[in-house]
Amino acid sequence: MTQWSGYLGLILQGALVTIELTLMGSVLALIMAFLAGMGRLSRYFVLRALATAYIEFFRGTSIFVQLFWVYFVLPLAGISLTPLQAGVLALGLNVGAYAAEVVRGAIQSVGREQYEACIALNLGRWQGMRHVILPQALLVMLPTFGNNAIELLKATSVVSLISLADLTFQAQVVRSQTGNTLMPFTTILIIYFVLALIISWGVRSLERRMARGLDGVRV
Amino acid sequence: MPAPIIKVDAISKSFGAFKVLDGLSMQVMPGEKLALIGPSGSGKTTILRILMTLEKIDGGHIQIDGEQLYHMERNGQLLAADERHLAKMRQKIGMVFQLFNLFPHKCVMDNVTLAPMLTKGVARAAAEKRAMELLEMVGMADKAKAMPAQLSGGQKQRVAIARALALSPKIMLFDEVTSALDPELVEEVLNVMRKLAAETDMTMLLVTHEMGFAHDFADRVLFFDRGRIVEEGKPDEIFRHPKQERTQGFLKKIIAAGHRV
Repeated sequence: MTQWSGYLGLILQGALVTIELTLMGSVLALIMAFLAGMGRLSRYFVLRALATAYIEFFRGTSIFVQLFWVYFVLPLAGISLTPLQAGVLALGLNVGAYAAEVVRGAIQSVGREQYEACIALNLGRWQGMRHVILPQALLVMLPTFGNNAIELLKATSVVSLISLADLTFQAQVVRSQTGNTLMPFTTILIIYFVLALIISWGVRSLERRMARGLDGVRV
Repeated sequence: MPAPIIKVDAISKSFGAFKVLDGLSMQVMPGEKLALIGPSGSGKTTILRILMTLEKIDGGHIQIDGEQLYHMERNGQLLAADERHLAKMRQKIGMVFQLFNLFPHKCVMDNVTLAPMLTKGVARAAAEKRAMELLEMVGMADKAKAMPAQLSGGQKQRVAIARALALSPKIMLFDEVTSALDPELVEEVLNVMRKLAAETDMTMLLVTHEMGFAHDFADRVLFFDRGRIVEEGKPDEIFRHPKQERTQGFLKKIIAAGHRV
């Protein structure tokens, strides 16, 4: 029994790495999502082209390959990253590309009449975006952002391939040391599930808080 | 004789192949209350939207308060207006929409104070004080903390009027402001507008199907049809003794549909 609790400790250490990756990856994904999502709606062709190229490239290639590129190929160009940095970069860029489309769609879902009210009240483009359009669009984005965050959580397991000691990596370690498959993989299954549940709950309560007073507006 | 505050000169505007405005010209004097009537698709709402810079024009010129709206003079040349020029011109104009267009995520007070704080740099305290006066005037002071979703259509429209007034425009445009309201709510909005007309010297342009209200409210009535002004005159002339056949036909249809004149 004491032996198992030692192994459980190993797995919990992995859970911390997974949580760290998820949080940092989500922050990067969020930043990329807003940059690229709003870039796609820009008046300037160059910004639109850059945003589109980023989104299509990172949605169109595998997260494995992206991670290997960041970790194994970038050093050839003189950029060496730690496994954690490489993981956050690959995950953030990958999920950010998906979330960028969520940002774009949500901004476009805000009715034309809201933009017209902004013009009639002489708000500048950025003022209107910041105070009128984005607060309403955010509410539309949130549920899908929750999905994206869960996708990101699950995708963190790819970093075990560059020997970052996350949940999945630690489970492999425990399996190879004990020869037991059931215990480590059942444990991490439950931990992934609980982490996903926490994200779901978090996003839903955020949604409820933001939707307060907006009855009848949700689409 | 004072100079006109709005001078529309040969404006044309098409949506695709459909010509909404066909060389429209008109002038409005400062303080004048104008009613724009006519069948749907006649261009009366479009000219309001053009004055609010919500639509681009295909040709022609507009002067507001002596300045070009869609053009600006640089070294004696007339260029297309840039965003900065448009922003400057928009300060003179306010608009109230058929569907209110309130900001659903902001309470009544914040709806009214947002633009003065952002565009004029008014401090919050001063903006809220002014907003309270305006909400008082439209009879909505007790709902200052309410969210738009909690209000009736008539209440929303009164807040929208207060919101537009908060920027103290010289010209107010009202685009079918009672058309989306339940009949029993129309009067409360019209009352606010009567008060506004009586208490201020703002220039007001009103697109409406409320012929009775247009008759009492307006100094002058313009009848629009197919992108042109077919007939214009004092309310009594237009409503009691229309000269043009198209005006007569339109009014007959409106009366048959149960509208008071």
